[in-house]
Amino acid sequence: MTDATVASLAAEATRTPFGEFWRRFRRQKVALFAGLFLCALIAVAIAAPWIVPFDPVAPDYEAVLEGVSARHWAGTDAYGRDVFSRIVHGARISLAVGFLSVSLGSLGGVTLGVISGYYGGLVDSLIMRICDVLLAFPGILLAIAVIAILGPGIDNVIYAVAVFSVPVFARLARSSTLSLKRAVYIDAARAIGVADRLIMVRHLLPGALPNVVVYFSMRIGTSILTAASLSFIGLGAQPPSPEWGAMLADGRNYIGVADHVTLFPGLAIFVTVLAFNLLGDGLRDALDPKLRRL
Amino acid sequence: MLDYLVRRILGTIPVILVISVVVFAFVHLLPGDPARLVAGMDATLEDVAAVRKSLGLDGPIWDQYWRFLSHAVQGDFGMSLKSRRPVITEIGERLMPTVWLTVFAMVWATAAGLLIGVASAVKRGRWQDWGGMFVAVSGISFPSFWLGLLMIDLFSVRLGWLPTGGYGTPAHFVMPSFTLGLGVAAVMARFTRSAFIEIAREDYVRTARAKGVPEQTVIWKHTLRNALVPVITMVGLQFGFLLGGSIVVETVFTWPGLGRLLVDSVAYRDYPVIQAEILLFSLEFIVINLAVDVLYALANPEIRFR
Repeated sequence: MTDATVASLAAEATRTPFGEFWRRFRRQKVALFAGLFLCALIAVAIAAPWIVPFDPVAPDYEAVLEGVSARHWAGTDAYGRDVFSRIVHGARISLAVGFLSVSLGSLGGVTLGVISGYYGGLVDSLIMRICDVLLAFPGILLAIAVIAILGPGIDNVIYAVAVFSVPVFARLARSSTLSLKRAVYIDAARAIGVADRLIMVRHLLPGALPNVVVYFSMRIGTSILTAASLSFIGLGAQPPSPEWGAMLADGRNYIGVADHVTLFPGLAIFVTVLAFNLLGDGLRDALDPKLRRL
Repeated sequence: MLDYLVRRILGTIPVILVISVVVFAFVHLLPGDPARLVAGMDATLEDVAAVRKSLGLDGPIWDQYWRFLSHAVQGDFGMSLKSRRPVITEIGERLMPTVWLTVFAMVWATAAGLLIGVASAVKRGRWQDWGGMFVAVSGISFPSFWLGLLMIDLFSVRLGWLPTGGYGTPAHFVMPSFTLGLGVAAVMARFTRSAFIEIAREDYVRTARAKGVPEQTVIWKHTLRNALVPVITMVGLQFGFLLGGSIVVETVFTWPGLGRLLVDSVAYRDYPVIQAEILLFSLEFIVINLAVDVLYALANPEIRFR
């Protein structure tokens, strides 16, 4: 046995699950790049008010529907607003909607899923039937139903999109809870009298987290896309909000006249959602190479 | 098999009932009094009471639900607040355009998805695979409404080949069904690829190769035919996705279908139409799921006896 193999064996023995995950994730160049891009996008979104050259909502009737120029990097829209500044501001909205809605959805879903898997029986059937019903609605339809009740607006889009993430996360958390529930350490915890609530939070929840993280990234992509769709059909962000889907809806009357008004917001949605999906794919493959089905 | 079929159909009844309760409860979840909302700000108390009666919102709540359910079973969802016509007539006119749009989108998307998926799986790890999967992940991430606008720009405004929207001739179908199907084609390609790769590892595929079966036969007959079983399930699930996607695509192409009717009704607060549409969409989805499960059971006898 050479020194090198001894060293690598020793490294393998001391590698934590996270270290193992990171080693595999690092090899996924595309996903790594997508992750870096998203970090940069988040930084830009946070800094938006200080870095954009123009006010995103103030009209300027001297500069209506101007093309791409050194002054207006992505041209101007029908009100003379700088499209580039609007897109940068729109990143704040889209990212916030994505993160908040998936956070809400996963929080609710994971809680329900762990409870469902841990208690089983009637509680389990009840929760899972509700999830079946929620899953029976196509996502955007469910979101529209929620908006029909709450009224149009970007705040309500967050709740609307959160609702259809709940059953997905509930199923994930339930299946990991079901497999962990039979582990010896759970029996041991119960034997020494640990409260059910603590068993769920400390011992069952962590087991569900890796899968939740993977789906978190993928759901953000889906949620951003759904939110933009809702704004496009007029049920989400309202004018003059620089939300990307709403910008496309504004610009659709100028197709063939001023294509840049729809081109750049569309590109922004596509690239952002693509990055979240690529990151999600990479995380999934790194976490569990066998988990390639869903 | 009949036994399984009966069990599955009975199994959908609780789900349908829960959905009907949710749809019924919908009007009651609205903030404020829907009858006043519909009647308008300056309506008299008598007007509001009349509207409440016409919406079926008078009397005890159980009574209201029972009336709602028994009317719904007979296809009576009341009058549209916007057009003042029966909801069922409104929906009836819009049904077929959406059905055709969905079917055309599904057909091309499944065919394209299968081909790309098999090509990627066969050329696994090579540039064809990489290219196919890149197209697939892009297809999933592409906003359908942007794709629609880009196509209108190119094919209608610049080239003048296709109409920008509307319904009627085959030319009207090209862009909407392509736009609607893209996401599904992408999902199908990814799914077919992984199903195909899984089956290609089976012993009988290796045996077929070893005994000298031509490669094309191994691909299409031994592997794809077995990989199709999970793919069928996926087709069913994607129908739901298409129903949802049609809402957006119909808005882009001013398609006179159910999706646009729903968007218009939400914007107009036309509650009877919204209720009927949500119920209808859910029922469609349940029926499709049922059909898929039955097909699946036909293909795989093991499931029937569970």
